[in-house]
Order: sequence, then C-alpha cells, then structure tokens
Amino acid sequence: MAAEPRDPAARVPVMFDDEPTLPIVPAAPGPPGRRSIIAIENVWKTYHPGDLAVHALRGVTFGVSEGEFVAFMGPSGSGKSTLMHIMGCLDNPTSGRYLLDGQDVSALSEVQLARIRNRRIGFVFQSYHLLPRLSASRNVELPLVYAGVAPDQRRQRALAELTKVGLAERVQHRPTELSGGQQQRVAIARALVTNPAVVLADEPTGNLDSQAAIEILDLLRTLHRAGRTVVLITHDADVAAVAERIVQIRDGQISSDSGAA
Amino acid sequence: MRLRDTLRSGLEALLGHGLRSLLTILGILIGIAAVILTVGLGEGAQSSVNSAISALGSNLLVITPGSSVSSSGVFAGFGSATTLTLADADALESKRVAPNVSGIAPTSQQPGTLTAGAANWTTSVVGTTASWVQVRDRQVAEGGFFTRAQVKAAADVTVIGATTAQELFGGEVPIGQTVDDGNVSLTVIGVLTTAGSSGSTNQDDMALVPITTAQQQIFTSGSSLSDVYATAINAAALSGAYQEIDDELLALHHIDQPSAADFTITTQDQLQSTANSVNRTLTDLLAGIAAISLLVGGIGVMNIMLVSVTERVREIGLRKALGAAPGEIRRQFLVEAASLGLIGGIGGVGLGVVGAIVIPHFESSPITISAFAAVGAVVVAMAIGLVFGVYPAARAARLSPIVALRTE
Repeated sequence: MAAEPRDPAARVPVMFDDEPTLPIVPAAPGPPGRRSIIAIENVWKTYHPGDLAVHALRGVTFGVSEGEFVAFMGPSGSGKSTLMHIMGCLDNPTSGRYLLDGQDVSALSEVQLARIRNRRIGFVFQSYHLLPRLSASRNVELPLVYAGVAPDQRRQRALAELTKVGLAERVQHRPTELSGGQQQRVAIARALVTNPAVVLADEPTGNLDSQAAIEILDLLRTLHRAGRTVVLITHDADVAAVAERIVQIRDGQISSDSGAA
Repeated sequence: MRLRDTLRSGLEALLGHGLRSLLTILGILIGIAAVILTVGLGEGAQSSVNSAISALGSNLLVITPGSSVSSSGVFAGFGSATTLTLADADALESKRVAPNVSGIAPTSQQPGTLTAGAANWTTSVVGTTASWVQVRDRQVAEGGFFTRAQVKAAADVTVIGATTAQELFGGEVPIGQTVDDGNVSLTVIGVLTTAGSSGSTNQDDMALVPITTAQQQIFTSGSSLSDVYATAINAAALSGAYQEIDDELLALHHIDQPSAADFTITTQDQLQSTANSVNRTLTDLLAGIAAISLLVGGIGVMNIMLVSVTERVREIGLRKALGAAPGEIRRQFLVEAASLGLIGGIGGVGLGVVGAIVIPHFESSPITISAFAAVGAVVVAMAIGLVFGVYPAARAARLSPIVALRTE
C-alpha cells in the first residue's frame, strides 16, 4: 500500500486521459496542513412522495480531510443513507454545496456524476454487490472497464489489489465459491482499484459473522493507516468505534461530531 | 468504455441465459427462414417461367383469336373466339405483305388419345405446317419433320415429343411405327428433342400432324386456328413484324378500328411480364405473411429484453455506481438485442438454404436464394433486434442506481 503523501497530480492516473474539464472550485479549508476531500455546506435533501415534503437532510455541514477515517452513525431513518448517496455522487442535493476533492459536484449531470463516481469514489456495500458470473478478478476490473483501461492493465491492477486484500490465490474464483468475508474483500479490492479519493463503506459488516466482521474492519483500519480516506456508514456503535472520528446523525442533522474543532 | 468490452458484456449476458436466448433466437430464425424461402420460391418460379417462355422460340410473336378487350370493355378469355383461319396464316407468309416476318406456323390443337399396339396415351394433338420446327426453335432427334408437300397432301404422318414416344413405344424405335387416333392411322416419321416442361404445359408431350390432316380427318370442329406463331427476322424487326401482322389481319378481317380487332398479338416480352407480375403478386403476399412472423419474433426479443432488464436491476445499479454512464448501459442492452437478431438472422438464412436444397426433392418448385437476399435477411434480422431492443435498453439506462442497488 502506498503510504507516501499524495499530491493531486499523482492521484489522477495517466490512463484517465479523457478526464472531463470540470470547474475546479477552491475547497473549504479543512484542518491545517491537510487537503479537504469532502466539504459539505448546508446541504438539504427534500423528497416529495405525496403532497407532503419530507426533509431527509436539514442543513448538514461538515468536512472530511485527506487520510481521515470517519464513521457516520445513526439509526435507520436518520438520513445517513441519504447522506451516503450524496457523498457517493449517486444523488444531487436539493440545496447546498458539495465539494469532492476540490470539485463542486452539487449540480453535475448524470453522465458527469457517473464519471466522478468512477474515478473519485470506491464503494463497499453491505451485500457486496459482486456480479455472480464473473471471476473475482473481473469483478475488481469492472470500474476500470468503465474508465476505458486496456485489458492487460486491468488484469495487472486487479491482481495487485486482490493481493493486497489477501486473495491472490482466489483470483479466478467466482463469488459463489468464496465466503462472505472473502466476497467483501473482493468488493474492497474493487473499491480501491481506481485509486479513489475516498472509500465509502455502507454497513460493510452488516451481512457478516462477527469473526469476518472483525477482519473486514481490520482491513479498513489498515487502509486508513496506509493513508486512505475512509468513510464508514453504520447504525452499529461497535463498528463505528473503529473509526478515529464519529459523526452522529439524527433527524437529518448532525447531532454530534467527535472530530469537530 | 471500449467497444470490445461493450460487446463482451452483452454477449456474456446472452450466454448467461442460454436456453432463454436460444428460444428468442428461434423466433427470429423461423421468421427469417420463412421470408427467405418464400422470396426464393418466387424467384425460382419466375426464372422457370422465364426459361419456359424463352423456350417457345426466339423473336416470337403469338397471334391468338379474339380481342383482349371486347367492344363492351369486358375481358374475353384468350382463344374464346374462332376468328383466325389458315387463309390468314397463308397471307402472312407472303414476303411482300410481311417482309419482317421470317416464319409463320399456324396451329390448331385438341386433346386426343393415341394407341400403339397395347399402349395408349392421351396427349395434345397439334395440327401445324412444316415451318413449325423452325418457328418454335425445336430440333428433331430421330427421323425428320413433315414437309410442305406432305402438308399439302394431308399425309397421314406424325412427329411426336420425347415423352409421348416413351409412353407409346417404351424402348422401341418409334420411327416407321403406326399410331391410331380414332379411325385415323398415322405413321411416326420423327421424334423431337426434349425441351423440358414449362409450367403447365409439357413441351415434350405432343403429337404434331399436318394441319390439313388434322382439320380434314382428326378434329371435329371447323377450320379455325388456336394460335399462329410468327417469328421476326431478328430482334430489331419485332416491332415491324408486329405492325405488318396487325395491318394485314385488320385488312383481311375488314376492320377499320385497331381497337375493334378480333385477334390479339402477344410478344414474348409481354408473355414474360404478364407471367412475372402474377408471380410477383403471389410472392409479395407470401412474403408479407412471413414478415408478420418476423414481427412476432421481434416482439419476442422485446419481451425477453424487458424480462432481462427487470431481472438485472441490481446489476445495472451496481454498474452505474461503479461509473457506467446511462449511454453505456443502453449500449450493453442494445448489443444484447442486436446479437439475438443477428444470430437469428444467420441461423434463419442457414435454415433457408437447407430448405432450398431439401424442398425441391419433395415439391417440384425450384427455390433460388440469392446472395443479396441472404445478406439482406441478416441485416434486417439485426435491425429488428435493435429496433425492438431500444425500449428495454432505454428503460435500463434510466434506472436510478439508488433504487437499483436497494432492490434485493
């Protein structure tokens, strides 16, 4: 795992030569000396399921700096899933501003958001979301397919990531031939293969037994120590405890933040 | 996303549901095979009619009694009137009257039963003149044709077709043998070479006799002719010959108005185009029915693609979360749909070619499948897959990744 300080030029690999020209807006200042990865400013998200307006997020503001390991915690219905969707560029905020790695992504088109997700975000889901017919290696390669990376290079990078999560021997196995913990490791390798700005893990241990859960959390901690920015979303206080900073969400607002200055 | 990866993901999805894909492909395959076979059948029939018509002779004009349009404007059937006589034919043979006409063969035709020893055979008895063999561009295989003198003398001779000879005499040499038609005994003096069957009439099953013999001894009806065949001296002279025959017959029949003519002159081209237009109508009708089955196949593709989209909502959501743009999802599904069509099209052409080889063994109709039709069919099949894949692919592309990922 590369632990050296990463500058923006090094983060964008050369194979992303069709990088869209997005407006670069200076990020809100984070803790001194650290680059801001996520800067969320007064974000609201309102749904209109019927006549009534439902506010899933009510003016949320926070920042995540490079190399931080932050857990967002809250019960179901607190708005943490909505926040995760917005942080993951799966959804646009109704109002407010979101800067991801220095780029304002709050009002991008669907195609632009797809590109941002591909290059800046590594997702880890509760139910792994691996494609059952593809080998571990080809599952890990998938984000690189959409980045337009050549097959040889994809295979090399997938193998490298699978080796880092301890699955070098399982490269050709299909998900059904792997245990839950191993499947989640494949998913983590897939999240890392594009070298994203942030890894978003949504209840990554929700489907695992306690032993496998401990291993996955250890793996996330290892990523953090190696310099990765990791955001964990969970309802479980024990899981949130592995993070260095815990943000509590309740009724669409931040109720406490252990890392707030 | 690279083109190769788009194609690969589409094809892998098809292979993932092998049986279902196969059944969908079958729908297209049967439709394409049906279209290509009916079109092939039409083309085959057309070429056999064309060769039959050109087998009649070259630079040929056929004069039939009766008007194609009667004065009341109602169509009368060809040959329904009895207005052509041997005298008309004799007049046309004059080089002064019709310099562009190189030969005239009046014919009069009735069915007759011939007996030779124990064998008997019902055939077409054709009374004609010595120039028939030249006008109709036929050859005599054995013996010879009757002469002008024999026609004049109403000699009791006959020249028979190859089929007729086979039926009456089997392996024996027919020349010099006697056949009886009713009370008349005819001596076989020649056998024609084979010309093949032309649609409804077998050109090899007939008994030719001098027209005088036919009219005086064999036929019961009077002296009218069923057809007069005329040849022009060359292809360029056809229209001149047509005009000369028309003018002379109008004059002989004392008719002022060409529109009131009591005879009809048909050129080989006209015969061909009439036959072809009938043929084309039938082919179009059959191909239209076959095209409907192709449409049903297309709806099958759409149905399966919609099922596929619903089934793979989670996969689509994941692909979108990992960075697939809507266009990339759409293309993946279009590749799937187009591949169903393409494979069905290739299979359908294959089945059609097999059918074109096998069917003529059971049915006497030739089937011609042109390379153009084959390539066209494959392209059409692929286009059908694409067109019917547009809606399912658009649905897949529109799916929200959040909703799709949440689906269990």
